[in-house]
Amino acid sequence: MSRNGPLALLFHTLFVVFMLAPIVVVCIVAFTPDTFLSFPTTRFSLRWFRAIAGYPEFISAFWRSVGLGALSSAIAIAFSVPAAIAVARFRFPGREAMMAFFQSPLMIPHVVMGIAFLRFFTEIGLSGSFVGLVISHVVLIFPFALRLTLASAVGMNPAIEQAAISLGARDMTVFRRITLPLVMPGVISGWALAFINSFDEVTMTVFIATPGTETLPVRMFAYIQDNIDPLVTSVSACVIAVTVVALVVLDRAYGLETLLVGRGKGDR
Amino acid sequence: MSRTGEQVPDAQTGAGPTPLPSERPERTPRAPYLLAAPALMLFVAIVLVPLLMTVLLTFHAWDQVKGIERVLVLKNWREVLTDSYFFEVFVRTFRIAALVTLLTALLGAPEAYILNRMRGPWRAIFLVVVLGPLLISVVARTLGWALLFGGNSGVVNQALMKLGILSGPLPFMFTETGMVVALTHVLMPYMVLSVWAALQRLDPQIENAATSLGASQATIVRRIVLPQVLPGILAGSIIVFALAASAFATPSIIGGRRLKVASTLAYDEFLNTLNWPLGAVVAVLLLVALALVIVASNRIVERRYAEVFR
Repeated sequence: MSRNGPLALLFHTLFVVFMLAPIVVVCIVAFTPDTFLSFPTTRFSLRWFRAIAGYPEFISAFWRSVGLGALSSAIAIAFSVPAAIAVARFRFPGREAMMAFFQSPLMIPHVVMGIAFLRFFTEIGLSGSFVGLVISHVVLIFPFALRLTLASAVGMNPAIEQAAISLGARDMTVFRRITLPLVMPGVISGWALAFINSFDEVTMTVFIATPGTETLPVRMFAYIQDNIDPLVTSVSACVIAVTVVALVVLDRAYGLETLLVGRGKGDR
Repeated sequence: MSRTGEQVPDAQTGAGPTPLPSERPERTPRAPYLLAAPALMLFVAIVLVPLLMTVLLTFHAWDQVKGIERVLVLKNWREVLTDSYFFEVFVRTFRIAALVTLLTALLGAPEAYILNRMRGPWRAIFLVVVLGPLLISVVARTLGWALLFGGNSGVVNQALMKLGILSGPLPFMFTETGMVVALTHVLMPYMVLSVWAALQRLDPQIENAATSLGASQATIVRRIVLPQVLPGILAGSIIVFALAASAFATPSIIGGRRLKVASTLAYDEFLNTLNWPLGAVVAVLLLVALALVIVASNRIVERRYAEVFR
């Protein structure tokens, strides 16, 4: 029962072309042998990928972004697991307000967050520091970490823990051997989603990053402000490739829908 | 598994006792507050305090020589609220956001419906194709549009003229049109996701019943599907509008140095002019305006569709 008519399929095709066109164009232009932007191009070369090596700012920004994403996602997860258990297990006064508070970084414009962090870090003497970047990214990606840890905390059967207690397990043992393994899928997928969001964040970071602490998207953004040349397309192509690989792996492991919508009842 | 996670219980001990015999929600327990305490304290310190400091900043005076002066004045607010330049920027920001919202709804909702009607592997594959761009760097995606718009007489223009849609080239780069197209692309996944989620709650039996009663496909979409997914479209619209009005990287790259929206204007005041208090006013104004729009539309949506949301 193919239920979509020819008109619907035509619309779908155009839609998919629209969604993929800019991404595909970046990847094609990245292989140009010319010194200027040319599209469409017929010849292929890797010269602009090799050129990245001669531009250490991109390399160091890349590693900084990876470190920042890994660290801030791990911290966000560590904070989100107990909060997720609280929201999943208990009905208590202020629960809805607390969820709204935790979701607020999604609704507050990142420009406003960037300005707020710039002011805050300048006042407390953390401006231009990596610590500042980590702290700000932790709160920004916290909603994503919480969404997926919450989804697995909600799906957990408390009877299993009660069985462990009745068999004489101590609190720490129950947490380590029962609770944690059960929320582990949420922890891993939440970490991954938080990582991707930290890795891509530009709007807030552009305010607090200084030349010594630029992340990759900030460096790319600053570069495009000055000039658009094939070098930045090859860097973008690498970023796209990394994201697509991560995307496919995550989709296989958890399903993209789960990752983006979450299944937790308490989540919106 | 438990090996790799052993740092987490250490971070956990600060959070108080683990919630063991927890199936008794009627007696208000201390456990949830203790469990949420670390995250709550983090949010108060790192979200609430900086935001309040920013609001305070809007009342500070600024001087090119002396910098920020810690006094309380209304000068910045008066300047932003009375100067027609700022008014123009805010009108442009919300005009772009409204157009982007409309376009994502008109294109994204039908696409979500078509996706939902696809079979087996195609459905999963195209869901990833349509939603995946959400996770790809905004800078990279906008760069793609800059390449399509600009360069040697723009691919988009060539294609549109070849198809006979345009008679002459239309400027996309450094224009609102270009910003709207690029932002529609950037934010489309949110709309598809929202409508998709609403479609998943739909009972297919209702459509089948309508078919068996002799309704045409058009009637089914208009009378059965649309009323039920409308809350999803509206929820998606709120998200897209909020994100379009506060978008930064895309308007900045497509708009260039001249064509400003609220967020790029605030950025300029902060990092080029260095008039932080004035930039803070622009940012706080954007936040307040957006909050009003979101609260008002949420109110309307919830009142009208109370029974759908539950």
